[in-house]
Amino acid sequence: MVEQVIRVPLAVGEDFIIQKNRLGQGGKRLCVVTGTHGDELEGQYVAWRLASLLQQHPEHLKGTVDIYPATNPLGISTMTRGIPQCDLDMNRTFSDNEQGAFSEYVAARLMADLVGADVCLDIHASNIYLREIPQVRINENTARRLVPLAQHLNMDFIWIHPAATVLESTLAHSLNAMDTPTLVVEMGIGMRVTRAYGDRLIAGIFSLMAHLGMWDAPVPPVSPPIVSTDGHVSFLNAPCPGLFFPSRAHASHVEEGEELGIIADPLTGEVRERIASPAAGLLFTLREYPVVYEGSLLARVLGGSV
Amino acid sequence: MKEEILFTMETPYRQPLSIRGWRFGNPEEKSLAVMGALRGNEIQQMYICGQLIQALKSLEEEGLLEPECGILVVPCANQFSANVGRRFWAADNTDINRMFPGYDQGETTQRIAARLFQALQGYRFGVQMASFYLPGDFLPHVRMMETDYQDVSQAEGFGLPYILLRTPQPYDTTTLNYNWQIWETQAFSLYTRETDSVEPRSARQAVEAVLRFLSAKGLSRQRGLPPGEQPVHLREDSLRTVLSGAGGLFLRRHGPGDVVQPGDVLAEISDPCTGQTMERLEAPCLGRVFFCHKAQLISGHEVAFRVLPWE
Repeated sequence: MVEQVIRVPLAVGEDFIIQKNRLGQGGKRLCVVTGTHGDELEGQYVAWRLASLLQQHPEHLKGTVDIYPATNPLGISTMTRGIPQCDLDMNRTFSDNEQGAFSEYVAARLMADLVGADVCLDIHASNIYLREIPQVRINENTARRLVPLAQHLNMDFIWIHPAATVLESTLAHSLNAMDTPTLVVEMGIGMRVTRAYGDRLIAGIFSLMAHLGMWDAPVPPVSPPIVSTDGHVSFLNAPCPGLFFPSRAHASHVEEGEELGIIADPLTGEVRERIASPAAGLLFTLREYPVVYEGSLLARVLGGSV
Repeated sequence: MKEEILFTMETPYRQPLSIRGWRFGNPEEKSLAVMGALRGNEIQQMYICGQLIQALKSLEEEGLLEPECGILVVPCANQFSANVGRRFWAADNTDINRMFPGYDQGETTQRIAARLFQALQGYRFGVQMASFYLPGDFLPHVRMMETDYQDVSQAEGFGLPYILLRTPQPYDTTTLNYNWQIWETQAFSLYTRETDSVEPRSARQAVEAVLRFLSAKGLSRQRGLPPGEQPVHLREDSLRTVLSGAGGLFLRRHGPGDVVQPGDVLAEISDPCTGQTMERLEAPCLGRVFFCHKAQLISGHEVAFRVLPWE
């Protein structure tokens, strides 16, 4: 059943509405949230497919699944990453402050609707510049509780990252702080849908639901993910501006010192830099958008130590 | 006065991003650093810095800066965005003022923040000409973050009528103001009435405030400045917020500085298509309007006004 979670009048003949689709009833509750960044569409496929599959076999659902496909509907409808009216990153506005400005109010009301779920999945899609393998990102302070849940999600990689104060206003941090276990999924790339990744996550969601006792049909086994901490991830940032042309495929294994691509100068025809891998390992992040500035993230390799 | 390129970063397709600073007084001293536009739409903030540079040039030429006074003014660190009419870093829409203290091996705006912070660090006092994340007009004021390092009494030297203390939120921890304080610079943000256009009156007020501050701290011997005011100290959470209920055309009846009585109509929100009044926003208390929504359209649940109550 489609329900309105939040409704606020906009200025001219329209209301701002966040909707959810509630499937099943009673029992444990799983919330699947996506569309917080308006330029990330990978979660749209997951939302659609999950709703469709659950409605095909309601007899197996032993609990409640709430699907929120667009928590930033103005952003997603206008290809805008943040909240269009104020250009703020919605995922830096979460708190319980319902007396704040529009963006804070919406974030607080959304959180109030999510709090108390048995598990919440917050699905992201990197950004428009970088392609990511399917992964779950977990703050080290919540790793003990969340890693056992994340292992069911059929993702390649669980990245346990350090805590940072600035991340305290994210949806995941805020919900975890309120005792609602929340997993952040990152996969694919902004403004695109990678259906193969989405299908993997769908299988993972059913596996998680089976683990939680919310799904009583057989589910295929999921692949165990690599679980890693920050210390095993090497970052590669552009040393100069230009055009980045990768020479290795995303998600491939690379050797230390192996060339991953070049930074080219389209004006002079020169190769400005040859980019070598700092470590042997899995090329789990790779830049797709070719124009780079000094500092632009080109790649991340799992397996290194920096 | 000495113009200096603080750092340069190459960009594809455009001229390198060269961040310029203007130094005054003793180059060995780090008394005061002033930061203008970090965002591309901070036109007023850049204008204030330009006016300040003219005033400091005169002071220096007249020998009115004390020997232990060394000042750095950086009017703009984001011409890359200003020149294309964008607020945040135009290549990836990140906000330099959410990247401090920066990371010189990180992403582009982290590197810009790191290099800028290196240039701005170590000063006794730091002033940022700041803009607010909501579109609105403020009463001119000095704002400090409550970091346990702040010394609010220092802000009285500006002679501005209000000193506001803010409890930092998680997202504040990556701003210039917050990091200046953590790294032992007494940091102040000066808010004036405008951001993306020049408002000369409040700009002059800001310039005079900085000049008054220099004099109060014994860094200049300038005389004849307009007297400052005895400031009111307030905490941000003491302001009474008036939220819009309806969305529509925002027709304000009062603006910053106005004294209002409880029940006074501060603004009307009308249906933009029919002209019908949908809501009258009323003053919640006796006080002075401190902040006012500026955009002509307003959504529901926006911060339309903040009123400073008179106890």
